Amino acid sequence: MNTPNLVIPPPREITTRPRRSDQIFRGVVTVGGMASLVILGLIALFLSVKGIHILREERFDFISGSKWEVITDDSGSIAESSFGIGAMLVGTLLCAIIAIAIGVPIAVLSALYLTFYAKGAVKNFLVSLVDLMAAFPSLLYGFWAFFIFMSSAEYWAKLLNKYFGFIPFFEVPAPIFERSPFIAGLVLAIMIIPIVTSISREIFDQTPLDRIQAAYALGASKLAMIRAVVIPFGRGGVIGGAMLGLGRAMGETVAVYTVLNVVYQINWQVLFGAGGNVASLILLKFGEAGPYEVDALMAAGLILFLLTLFVNAVADVLINRFGSKGR
Amino acid sequence: MLIFAAILISFIVIKLTGLDGKLGFLSTLFIVSTLLIFIQQWRLRDKAAAKDSLLSSFALLGMIMTVIPIVSIVYTVVIKGYKGIHFGMFINDMSLNSVNDPIKDGGLLHALVGTIIMVGGALVISFPIGVLTALYLTEIRGKLSRPIKFLVQAMSGVPSIVAGLFILSSLVYPVTKSLSGMMGSFALSILMIPTIARTSEEMLRLIPQELREAGVALGGTQWRTVAGVILPAARSGLVTAIILGMARIIGETAPLLLVSGGGDSLNFNPTSGAMGSLPYYIWKSFLTGGTEEAFARAWGGLLVLLAFIFILFGLARFISGRKGN
Repeated sequence: MNTPNLVIPPPREITTRPRRSDQIFRGVVTVGGMASLVILGLIALFLSVKGIHILREERFDFISGSKWEVITDDSGSIAESSFGIGAMLVGTLLCAIIAIAIGVPIAVLSALYLTFYAKGAVKNFLVSLVDLMAAFPSLLYGFWAFFIFMSSAEYWAKLLNKYFGFIPFFEVPAPIFERSPFIAGLVLAIMIIPIVTSISREIFDQTPLDRIQAAYALGASKLAMIRAVVIPFGRGGVIGGAMLGLGRAMGETVAVYTVLNVVYQINWQVLFGAGGNVASLILLKFGEAGPYEVDALMAAGLILFLLTLFVNAVADVLINRFGSKGR
Repeated sequence: MLIFAAILISFIVIKLTGLDGKLGFLSTLFIVSTLLIFIQQWRLRDKAAAKDSLLSSFALLGMIMTVIPIVSIVYTVVIKGYKGIHFGMFINDMSLNSVNDPIKDGGLLHALVGTIIMVGGALVISFPIGVLTALYLTEIRGKLSRPIKFLVQAMSGVPSIVAGLFILSSLVYPVTKSLSGMMGSFALSILMIPTIARTSEEMLRLIPQELREAGVALGGTQWRTVAGVILPAARSGLVTAIILGMARIIGETAPLLLVSGGGDSLNFNPTSGAMGSLPYYIWKSFLTGGTEEAFARAWGGLLVLLAFIFILFGLARFISGRKGN
């Protein structure tokens, strides 16, 4: 029997190369995905372009100096100027550190409460409440703090000054307790509590159930279980969440501007009603600034941007290194 | 029983020491009741149980301290704000009135319109970018996923005033040379993109992997699978992302103070002329006024803003809850 001529088809190439439509799709999505990179890059670029000559002129004084003055001659052109955001940087750090020191312990405790104590409908309600609070605009916090919170905070500041006044930190040169960095820090603490709480709660939720149950099976009380299992597991994530709160507190503009008496001087005495932060400086000076001073404000914005970027980077590393273990 | 004893003892302590005021009473009450529970646990059980009760007391304290400000804020805004609410405020603008005029004159129509236009504009810019970013992170999962995720996170930490400065330096000074509502939209979208990107990423991750496999197994290309299966399945999630993004930016003040010009009259054109906004209206009433009327106006504006946030939040809860359960 004659076998008919078998035509052996040429081996078909098996490929994982996507089709044209998919290539276009992937291209578009990738370009869109790069948007955050492009935008952050552009922010750094444009602020640098505007601000770099100020930085070049002032050099390191821009960071360490604490003078912000422009002296114009009769014709209105600038005769002399010196820009340094040192005082405001100190104020930024001071307010943010107070916010962290007060806000984070409260936030961690309430995250523990939400994760391990609250149940059912109460838990759901409290979780939504905290999420809602995180979405409140800073304007609202600022005015609420100015009109309602200020008087109680002032009273606490007086108590602190009365009983701990021997510590240089809590001294005041004059008895003005209103609108101090301490109060601004308290307001920032209230603002970051919801953020830190919800991040800590997510991290605590990821604690492996088998370890929790193992601890209980060994007869641990809730406290012992939390100390032995939850805290070691969630420590990094909580620190990361605190760093995110720090970033938010450092960049806060409106609330600080409203609450704080913005005065251009280095002020370490947290209870005294004078201080400032970089963001509120920008808002304060912007209205009356000439073109040259605007460039200096751009430079200040650049420093603030880089600072928050750095803090956020550290937060991200911490959250991801410790936070996603359970996933 | 224990709590009555605690209240009683706190009363006695306050009377004896002169720690008056609500705060003094509450903190004494907390300390006394914590101590009483501690002692009771120690007597009934052991030291470990007593220490355990300490943690639960403090956790409850933390929760209460977290909740007090929000209750106080909402209460204050409602109590002070309702005086500033009247029907006329929704049909008038401030072009003929100053903030110190009687509360019945003028209104915040221009601010509402401006906020809606600017938030809408920001949404048109941010939604495609945010969803594409989320798709890159969930569908393509390229080599750059990790860095992109970090950058989105970093972008959400950009201070709002820096967003305003960026639009000033990149668009206003070199290109348009004038402040307008569109610039406000651009500045707001910088703050909105990360929220939309992160929320839609979470929502896309909730789509079961089987749906993707089913789409591909039916012969769909990746593009057809995403467009025909994944995105429709995630529709309510994407709506939630939009709503949360809007809630994030609706009260943003600092960038609008820099770039939107802040007008007092009705302006429907986002490309030219100063545009008012709800936050600017509140800001101006508080800072330039000083009279009772101006404050009432500002609190009224805050109440409207708060109502918006509540509505948006409730909507997001409703939409994501309807699907989830």
